[in-house]
Amino acid sequence: MNKAIKFILNETLFSININPATTLLDFIRNVAGLKGTKEGCREGDCGACAVLIGKIENGSLNYKSINSCLFPIANAGNSHIVTIEGLNQVELNPIQKEFNEESATQCGFCTPGFINSLTSYIIENQHLTKKNAENSVAGNICRCTGYSSIKRAIENIVEHFNSLNSPQNDRIPWLVENGILPKYFLEIESRLQQISENKNEIEIKNTIKIAGGTDLFVQKHENLLENNVTFLSKLKLNFFDENEKLVEIGSGTTIEEFRNSDFISEFYPKLKEKLELFASPLIRNSATIGGNLVNASPIGDISIILLAMNAKIKIKQNEDFRIINLNEFFKSYKKVDLAENEIIYSIQIPKQEKPFLFNFEKVSKRIHLDIASVNTAIQITYENYSIKTCKISAGGIAPIPKFLSKTSDFLCGKNITIENIKLATEIAQTEISPISDIRGTENYKRLLLPQLIKSHFIELFPKIIDVRNLI
Amino acid sequence: MKNFDAINHIKGKSIYIDDFVLPQNALFASVFFSPIAHGKIISFNLEKAKSIDGVVAILSSKDIPGENQIGGIIQDEVLLAENEVHFIGESIFVVVAKSLEIARKSKKLIEIEFEELPAIINEREAFAKNSLLAPPVIFANGNIEEGFSESDFIIEGSFSSGGQEHLYLETQGAFSIPQEGERIKIISSTQNPSAVQKQASKVLGISMNKIEVEVLRLGGGFGGKEDQATPWAVISALAARITNSPVKLVLSRQEDLLVTGKRHPYSSDFKIGLNKDGKILAYEVTYFQNGGAVADLSTAVLERTLFHATNSYFIPNVKATGISCKTNLPPNTAFRGFGGPQGMFVIEFAIEQAANKIGIPKHEIQKKNLLKDGDELHYGQIVENSNSESCWQKAEIQFNIENQIREIKRFNSENQLYKKGFSFMPICFGISFTSTFLNQANSLIHIYHDGSVSISTAAVEMGQGVNAKIAIAAAKTFSINIERIRIETTNTSRNANTSPTAASSGADMNANATILAAKEILARLIESARTELNANPTDLIEIIDEIVFVNHEKTNLTWEKLIWRTYFNRINLSAHGFYATPNIHFDRKTNKGKPFAYHVYGTAFTIAKIDVLRGISKIESVQIVHDFGKSLNPEIDLGQVEGALVQGIGWVTMEELQYSENGKLLANSLSTYKIPDIYSSPDKTEVVFLDNSENRFGPLSSKAIGEPPFMYGIGAFFAIKNAIENAKQEKSKINSSPITNEKILLELYNERK
Repeated sequence: MNKAIKFILNETLFSININPATTLLDFIRNVAGLKGTKEGCREGDCGACAVLIGKIENGSLNYKSINSCLFPIANAGNSHIVTIEGLNQVELNPIQKEFNEESATQCGFCTPGFINSLTSYIIENQHLTKKNAENSVAGNICRCTGYSSIKRAIENIVEHFNSLNSPQNDRIPWLVENGILPKYFLEIESRLQQISENKNEIEIKNTIKIAGGTDLFVQKHENLLENNVTFLSKLKLNFFDENEKLVEIGSGTTIEEFRNSDFISEFYPKLKEKLELFASPLIRNSATIGGNLVNASPIGDISIILLAMNAKIKIKQNEDFRIINLNEFFKSYKKVDLAENEIIYSIQIPKQEKPFLFNFEKVSKRIHLDIASVNTAIQITYENYSIKTCKISAGGIAPIPKFLSKTSDFLCGKNITIENIKLATEIAQTEISPISDIRGTENYKRLLLPQLIKSHFIELFPKIIDVRNLI
Repeated sequence: MKNFDAINHIKGKSIYIDDFVLPQNALFASVFFSPIAHGKIISFNLEKAKSIDGVVAILSSKDIPGENQIGGIIQDEVLLAENEVHFIGESIFVVVAKSLEIARKSKKLIEIEFEELPAIINEREAFAKNSLLAPPVIFANGNIEEGFSESDFIIEGSFSSGGQEHLYLETQGAFSIPQEGERIKIISSTQNPSAVQKQASKVLGISMNKIEVEVLRLGGGFGGKEDQATPWAVISALAARITNSPVKLVLSRQEDLLVTGKRHPYSSDFKIGLNKDGKILAYEVTYFQNGGAVADLSTAVLERTLFHATNSYFIPNVKATGISCKTNLPPNTAFRGFGGPQGMFVIEFAIEQAANKIGIPKHEIQKKNLLKDGDELHYGQIVENSNSESCWQKAEIQFNIENQIREIKRFNSENQLYKKGFSFMPICFGISFTSTFLNQANSLIHIYHDGSVSISTAAVEMGQGVNAKIAIAAAKTFSINIERIRIETTNTSRNANTSPTAASSGADMNANATILAAKEILARLIESARTELNANPTDLIEIIDEIVFVNHEKTNLTWEKLIWRTYFNRINLSAHGFYATPNIHFDRKTNKGKPFAYHVYGTAFTIAKIDVLRGISKIESVQIVHDFGKSLNPEIDLGQVEGALVQGIGWVTMEELQYSENGKLLANSLSTYKIPDIYSSPDKTEVVFLDNSENRFGPLSSKAIGEPPFMYGIGAFFAIKNAIENAKQEKSKINSSPITNEKILLELYNERK
């Protein structure tokens, strides 16, 4: 018998016994009977099902937007789920008002999802920018408007909120006062505290292990309902630790937590923006680092990034741990070095001595919320335009996320010259084996990887590289 | 004035098919689709599938009480396959169960054996094997041989454009409820309630008056629910009839992508002849349309391709041949533009190739050949009120295009990593169903005795704002506050024999019918007011802003009072208006006539930027001068232009279906079939309304808006191609759409490797 899952949906406290693999979307629509949250694709690619999830973390209540179609209800425990019905007040709120003003809704099917994504952005950010506000709806697809009216509405919303004196902390009362959130939000924090439960130890068995669920739930929610599953979220593996030599990141850390971490700001400041190319905010808020690695997709963005960072992974089996290099983890297509009773516990990233440079490149059919045709990352330490160490990885060009060892070795100790870069791309060709698939032909991928390797150097050494010699 | 439903949409309160609260005895249907593209059904066994607890019935073609036929134009489409299957996704069985989960679980246990037959995927292959949906059609005028013999330049080539998934956010679905006796009510997400009614009547073997089709709204349609909403509605009705329970059938996104038809892929051969001055003298073109396994609307779509073969240009000698090829793909169908975009794309490509050969800019040829009043189009219609040149000229001036072109040249000379390109895309799109009989609409108005107004028409609201437009037309006719008006659901019991909401004509025809009905009631109200106010027969009586005026003088008689008094005096407060577009005709023997009430014109100027290193494109700006007539509602019309544009950009840049050799759609999910997101929309979209445009055929002088702006998106293809050429410093060989990132990079570097 499953333990009851407790959470607040809009204003109502639920304590229910339900198959924990039920998607939040199905619960909202079919059990709670709230029809404002829509099913558009069941694979996190349209955002019509977007809802807010509020959780108390480090003592404060934070909200983020997620795809409810990929979110197991097990992961909703102790949280506040907000659907469009929970945002509605008698009058349109300021976000809704602008959508109405600018006619940013036509058939209306996608609209509640847009409102939810924007609301989470406004709840969480004191200073708004048009760019970030638009990025907050990068996971929401509209087929009617062409987005022009939505962009106008967003611009007005940003202007409206920036003209108010928004506080950095204790934002909920301010948001209620300014009409963005209904009054009941004032009580949510204390109500959540009353239902909070402690971290659980779970037995890692021969089951399907679900972290964020953003991959396993894609089109497959019915299978998961019938199988034995384990929810890793109960282990609360979203932590950051560090010592002098390395940073240790819990495997349950979401991509967005990773992206916004102090670690990224300090060591990889440019990566924050590049990680906007990873899926959408709706997915980044659920998807975990560990999940992206275990998925072992040959084009997994996080795998490619961590390979270039020379990361190690710490694997847990009962109370025992083992640590291996990430590039030894990927064995063959979708096969990893992980026993059925093991999980990835954490990722260890060595702290690089500064100065070092890092870059990530990704090209896909659509720039955002798409899977790469080819992606690649590079980490370089250098002195006087000479490369000391180099780690370069690439995806989409082999059955596994590939650490390009020959290319990396070749570049070590070399001067940064056009000739060496070109030679590096030739060596890269010898260690890749792309195939033609829906993401592109073999020919294309063989052409694209060298272009992206060149892009690394143009991005990292704009002053030394004369682009005319590289294109 | 907004979309009528805007506030409910924004609050998530609007109801779509999947949102209806179901009766307790409701059942759920799930369809078992053919997994192969072509083959014979050798045997099947449903026992295991039936044994699952909660399965109520599994239906096959044998369970159909009437005729197993739902073909619209040509009777070649079965509802459920009998002995043979012709495409992946053809419906074979219908599992009806107590829950959707049970139905889907049961479906997996259906055992079936096929003898596979060779499948044809490509239209050229189909043509070579004489696999056609209908005989070829030729539209011609002038003398094509003479035209070429007078030409100084003759250019031949081929071009192909890809298909496109509609990707309405709400998938196909319907819900049927058995009523007393044989009657049945079908709630459907369809653009064409009368088609659902007719096909359900045929399949169920009962007369049309026993079937009520109700449409509340659509979560997007774009043509994808004109003909292809019908099977799901009819299947749910069949299941409801046989189980005698309400049955809901909603496709999952993956099912919808896999089994429904798309915009038709085309490949075409052309030959264009011009004189030294850049005047186009002759144009010969053959379109090979990939129709899919059954006709659906393919022949009508092809006809519209032929009508739009010359886009916005006058060409004296034309020979356009259309061939609808039968392949083993799901039947391709209506999609915004309805074959027009495919036709216009080829002439634009031909002009580009001609410009390359002659060595002059493409836009010089375009501009020189724009339509003028009095020009005779190749299907015999004489151009009237052409705004082809006025839109182009206004664009040149308003957007300071000469300057922008200079600026692009400067940018290109100063940048290595990025290159820009531009294009002009003029459009001319004919308004009216080309099947003349469909150009009819009716409207039923009731004024209740509290003064509120209810209007029912054939128009289906799918986000395009037709309800608001109809309400505006009625409010203006009555001179009352629009808040008094409610636009009802579209329902075959209130409006009979309706045409689909399609061909951009929904607002035109239904608002016109509404105006006729409103005028009829208004005439009665005026007489009622005359009596009420004891005015003379010669006095001028008007209603202005809900107040009755006599000889321009305000009276105390308000709308509400007048309505009550009219009711009290037993005068009819209801009317039924009927509109048939006047003076249109088309002879399919000669392929000549006046098929269109009027044309819509416009010009788009598009700037694209490519990243030369990574081979990715971005549409920087699209500036449009569009001929709206006198817009009934500028906000709604602007939304239609912006939305259609981005759909068009998606079609020519990133939306790529890809089928396997055995006919399976490869881009069968939203993770592989990419449509524009917020970043794909141009950085800048500017839409200018052409001044002083009148249109006596549109309601209150407005013009149709749904489809024409889609074709501005074609400009993105040519702008990107121009940017590639600016990067390569040579002409590009790309002759197929979409122009994906892959194609860009390969074009930039493949030969140089």
